[in-house]
Amino acid sequence: MSEVNADQYFVPHKARWPIVGSIGLTATVLGAAHVLNSETTVTPWLMYAGLIIILVMMFGWFGEVIKESEEGLYNTGVDTSFRMGMIWFIFSEVMFFACFFGALFYARTLSVPWLGGEGTGLSTNEVLWNGYEGVWPTNGPAALGGHFEVLDPFHLPLINTMLLLTSSVTVTIAHHAMRANHRSQTVIWLVATVLLGAAFMYLQVTEYIEAYHLNLTLESGIYGSTFFMLTGFHGMHVTLGAIMLAVITVRVAKGHFKPDRHFGFEAVAWYWHFVDVVWLGLFIFVYIL
Amino acid sequence: MGHDSHDHKPKGFVNRWLMTTNHKDIGTLYLVFAFAMFITGGAMAMIIRLELFQPGLQFVEPDFFNQMTTMHALIMVFGAVMPAFVGLANWMIPMMIGAPDMALPRMNNWSFWILPFAFALLGSTLFMDGGAPAGGWTMYPPLVLQGGKNVAYLVFAVHLMGISSIMGAINVIATIMNMRAPNVGYLNMPLFVWTWLITAFLLIAVMPVLAGAVTMLLTDRYFGTSFFNAAGGGDPVLFQHIFWFFGHPEVYIMILPSFGVVSEIIPTFARKPLFGYVSMVYATAGIAFLSFIVWAHHMFSVGMPLGGELYFMYATMMIAVPTGVKIFNWVATMWKGAMTFETPMLFSLAFVVLFTIGGFSGVMMALAPVDLQYHDTYFIVAHFHYVLVPGAIFAIIAAAYYWLPKWSGHMYSERLGKIHFWWSTISVNVLFFPQHFLGLAGMPRRIPDYSTQFAEFNMMSSIGGFAFGLAQVFFIYIVVKTVRGGKKAEANAWGDAKGLEWTVPSPAPHHTFDEFGPVDLKKMAHGEVH
Amino acid sequence: MKKAQIKLVTMLTALMLTTVSSAEYGINLRKGVTDYSQTAYDMHMLAFWVCVVIGVLVFGAMLYSIIAHRKSKGVKPEQFSHSTTAEIVWTIIPIIILAVMAWPATKALIKMENPTENGKPMKMDMTIKVTGYQWKWRYDYLEEGFGFLSTLSKDSNLARQINSGVKPETVDNYLLDVDKPLVLPVDTNIRFLLTADDVIHSWWVPDFGWKRDAIPGFINEAWTNIKEPGIYRGQCAELCGKDHGFMPVVVEVLSKEDYADWLSQQKGEQAEEAAMVEKTWTKEELMARGEEVYMQQCVTCHQADGTGIPPTFPALAGSAVVNGAAADQVQLVLNGKPGTAMAAFGSLLSENDIAAAITYTRNSFGNTAGGMVQPVDVKNLK
Ligand code: HEA
Ligand code: HEA
Ligand code: HEC
Ligand code: CUA
Ligand SMILES: [Cu+2]
Repeated sequence: MSEVNADQYFVPHKARWPIVGSIGLTATVLGAAHVLNSETTVTPWLMYAGLIIILVMMFGWFGEVIKESEEGLYNTGVDTSFRMGMIWFIFSEVMFFACFFGALFYARTLSVPWLGGEGTGLSTNEVLWNGYEGVWPTNGPAALGGHFEVLDPFHLPLINTMLLLTSSVTVTIAHHAMRANHRSQTVIWLVATVLLGAAFMYLQVTEYIEAYHLNLTLESGIYGSTFFMLTGFHGMHVTLGAIMLAVITVRVAKGHFKPDRHFGFEAVAWYWHFVDVVWLGLFIFVYIL
Repeated sequence: MGHDSHDHKPKGFVNRWLMTTNHKDIGTLYLVFAFAMFITGGAMAMIIRLELFQPGLQFVEPDFFNQMTTMHALIMVFGAVMPAFVGLANWMIPMMIGAPDMALPRMNNWSFWILPFAFALLGSTLFMDGGAPAGGWTMYPPLVLQGGKNVAYLVFAVHLMGISSIMGAINVIATIMNMRAPNVGYLNMPLFVWTWLITAFLLIAVMPVLAGAVTMLLTDRYFGTSFFNAAGGGDPVLFQHIFWFFGHPEVYIMILPSFGVVSEIIPTFARKPLFGYVSMVYATAGIAFLSFIVWAHHMFSVGMPLGGELYFMYATMMIAVPTGVKIFNWVATMWKGAMTFETPMLFSLAFVVLFTIGGFSGVMMALAPVDLQYHDTYFIVAHFHYVLVPGAIFAIIAAAYYWLPKWSGHMYSERLGKIHFWWSTISVNVLFFPQHFLGLAGMPRRIPDYSTQFAEFNMMSSIGGFAFGLAQVFFIYIVVKTVRGGKKAEANAWGDAKGLEWTVPSPAPHHTFDEFGPVDLKKMAHGEVH
Repeated sequence: MKKAQIKLVTMLTALMLTTVSSAEYGINLRKGVTDYSQTAYDMHMLAFWVCVVIGVLVFGAMLYSIIAHRKSKGVKPEQFSHSTTAEIVWTIIPIIILAVMAWPATKALIKMENPTENGKPMKMDMTIKVTGYQWKWRYDYLEEGFGFLSTLSKDSNLARQINSGVKPETVDNYLLDVDKPLVLPVDTNIRFLLTADDVIHSWWVPDFGWKRDAIPGFINEAWTNIKEPGIYRGQCAELCGKDHGFMPVVVEVLSKEDYADWLSQQKGEQAEEAAMVEKTWTKEELMARGEEVYMQQCVTCHQADGTGIPPTFPALAGSAVVNGAAADQVQLVLNGKPGTAMAAFGSLLSENDIAAAITYTRNSFGNTAGGMVQPVDVKNLK
């Protein structure tokens, strides 16, 4: 590492971590496949081992990137590449959620009314599912999973909406503090954001427990399927985002980042806003409407 | 400098290949992997054609036949064609825009090194009891959910391929948007780069949708959800909508980079600038846009409302317009040029003709009232093999011949190349042309046995298939021979080809363009036209 | 080199021509026997000729250029790179061509989806419910209140087994024949309601001009009016599992009088069957009927020797269910196993058939359960 040329786009050598990541991913899904197929002798451990390998990979990989970044190896070109990477990654996540939202809209506007005899679905209803009304929420003409009740959107979900919206504000304040080089303030607002995220997750778990008491389960037909898959994937993303925020908090506390160069921070903040926007979609389309 | 010498390749297999961050080495890995998958998927196609050689069942059980059909398609689409194009992108894009490497080299490594694992996972199902997935590459529920154990493996393998493709595509986009030499504007970029930019966008937009669709399969199978189960208020057809929202852009993911390749090769051997560069760019973007709004033309028989059928018919037919612009532009590029017919040019010319034939049958199928006859017959098998084999595969082969001198530093044998061309082109038509007749006469697809009236054309198709397969074995021989030795290639292997890749020595040094500065636009492929 | 190429091409063309001329069925879409199939055929030919003309022009221009504008002729390449006029022209012309094709296609589609007669919705004379099962069709005559299963004929089924030793050419209508075809009257507006019980199938008779998917849990509608009596053959057109290639559709179209005769005959048989439920059968009767039913209905999955195709299709030889309590087995066959290929045969076969098939399985393949199941027993458990 002799000198750093500002025009020189940094091309790392010897990527050690990708192959570790591949092994980790493979072990995880192989283990999971065995668990799903109820061949559980050794393989739950394979799955856990895989997850641990992935964690190790992430720490190792990000650690290497952080080290290089702190050494000043990255010029603005590299920074821009990272930004683009993050933006397009978030776009891919948007499309992933769009897929599940699409399933929800399809069920609500097409398949359920059709089963209930609307439009050209008349003979479907008469011949196959006589008596089925097709009103949302529904667990389908065969009432899979038995009678269930839905959650009140203006109770926990509303609180959760508030929590996430607030956390978007706090993370923005932290960002401003970062830019003004107020390090301790940044840490405080970041901690607040992480706590809000954690509170959200706590309430979300509470809500799931409540749902199961109302007999609203993953098996409650199409309502249960869309409800739990959408909120569940969202919850996973919140968890991930909160962990990343926590890591960023530690890094800020350690003195990483500069007021004008803090891509890692910004990437996580974008991600957090994305999670927030998805929640607003959920709140409106899953809970209220 | 982070390293001592630019041209020093890392030593040892692990350092050189497993941990590589070099776009050329990663490109090579992709290309070799894709070729191995092409052979594997091709071997499965040979089993299909062998069983269909005569009526009656001779070699395989029906269920195994369905496994072959399914795996053949999954391997060809996700293992051969897509990785081959990513390989070409890796090798060529940085060289074509004056970049030192791909934008995110470490992630580039990971994109590749997920693939062997994903396909090992998928392939392992062949050896399980219950066998490999047999519900077709389209994975329609409820059938695919009857697959027993393999459902989990199939879903996870698709997830891994998706992760790989998305990371690869992000890398391509970041490279093109961020790593162009300072004076290279978007409208100076070679068309191959343009088509890949748009392809990468398609990939990022639709691979997550596929991932979502198969995730729903997984939960329906193992966790009791009802996405595709009418009893719970879901709908099997929902899967088809989501799948084809991915699937239709997917077929353009396989063809747009081919358009790019051909748009590089034809001007070189016609010795004339590409005709209508700007309209080529707009046409590509137009095709990409349309590809998102036509998906249900695969589903005319599922019982959509009339309005839906009409809409999807009209939208699909519209794709013929921008595609036609491309075809006409290529012909206009040849017009009044001074053509020579080296192997890459021959494959490109065959591409233009045979792809167009595949496009014609596409437009015929877009007519919904007749598609109720064509649908799920061999007419469709003929259509998509015309656009995929003498389409995508021919473009890949043309690219390989075109850039092989740059990659290996040696010229291939023109005589052997020409033999390969004629052998492939004749046999591929014997293989797939009769399938049009079979489909029209009423032979459904995905059947291991057929009634006797279809015997003659099937036998012909199988003979063509074996011949085409052997021709590709011959291709391996040509490539290996060229890499090992042969006439030294000049920097500009084709004499006066345009393009930055032809300004660097052959073989291209391990690191190109370390000095990140302006390039000579006159030397770029279409740098000063339009 | 050149000579060899020409030789090869001539040989292949010759091969192509001989096969084309010897292919029984021709190489084009059939005109079929309904208005709709004729329309589809016309659309197809229109699109085909449009493509041929465009192809001749485009490939012709290309060929001309390849011949005339080659370097070996010593031409100097021009350097023009665009022409706005040309580009506009070849954008507009295809749009016009497409519009010309879209017009009749729209009309044809409307005719299929919203059939009208003299401006009013068309009146349907009868309704057939078609249900796809792995791997057979059930036809219900909704107005008449009866129905039956239609499965690949025994000859074909025998011949199509791997290495059966039977040459397909020796079997009449190999793979396109069933035990009991759908029978329909000529010149009648027939509505089809299509659905399936397990996976998606697709009901297709090329001579009627359309196929439509049979989707579990949903009903799709389609209609036809057949102009000529005759036997029309088609196949399931959506991949539905291992025997997708072996579930043909056969429709026998009769004149209206013959159809009425057929109908009353069917009703008579149906009544006889119903009467036989109450009688006590002998073991020989049950076994003989049972073997017949088993070989027609159960054999694709559980195999002729009862060994099944594990792990998907369990063996009945030595099966705990088959060797256990008779009532349990009756229940299983009546209600099937949701989520698997094992259909609920209670609504598909008569009590007689079910009792016979079960008796047969309990006394064959080395199973020791023995005993008899009488049709009444089945009726009582229903
Ligand atoms: C590379 C892959 C590729 C490409 C490029 C295309 C291109 C097109 N495809 Fe194809 N298609 C597939 C791969 C591809 N397809 C596959 C894999 C399937 C089957 C999937 C499965 O079920 O397993 C399929 C199936 C498929 C169907 C569904 C059939 C069915 O299942 O019933 C339809 C229906 O509309 C269709 C239409 C089209 C059209 C209109 C185009 C157009 O883009 C073609 C446009 C090109 C031209 C028209 C030629 C050039 C134009 C001119 C010279 C201009 C003038 C022309 C006119 C005015 C006509 N395709
Ligand atoms: C890019 C994609 C791609 C490519 C390249 C191919 C290439 C080929 N395909 Fe396929 N195919 C699909 C995509 C592709 N296909 C898809 C999507 C389907 C639909 C699947 C479904 O219904 O779900 C399909 C389905 C399909 C069918 C229909 C199966 C059915 O409906 O049951 C058939 C039948 O002929 C077929 C044949 C072939 C042949 C002969 C080749 C040849 O071009 C292959 C040539 C290559 C080789 C042969 C390899 C090289 C040589 C060797 C391995 C040495 C051995 C050689 C000998 C023994 C001679 N393919
Ligand atoms: C389309 C395929 C198919 C057909 C046709 C079929 N079965 Fe089955 N059968 C199955 C499958 C699959 C199972 C296993 C269900 C499960 O997973 O428990 C099964 C299970 C059974 C069992 C229970 C076996 C055991 O040990 O669990 C019996 C008994 C049986 N079938 C009898 C019949 C009879 C009698 C017929 C004909 C009238 C028939 N089956 C037709 C697919 C079929
Ligand atoms: Cu039923 Cu295919
Ligand atoms: Cu498509």
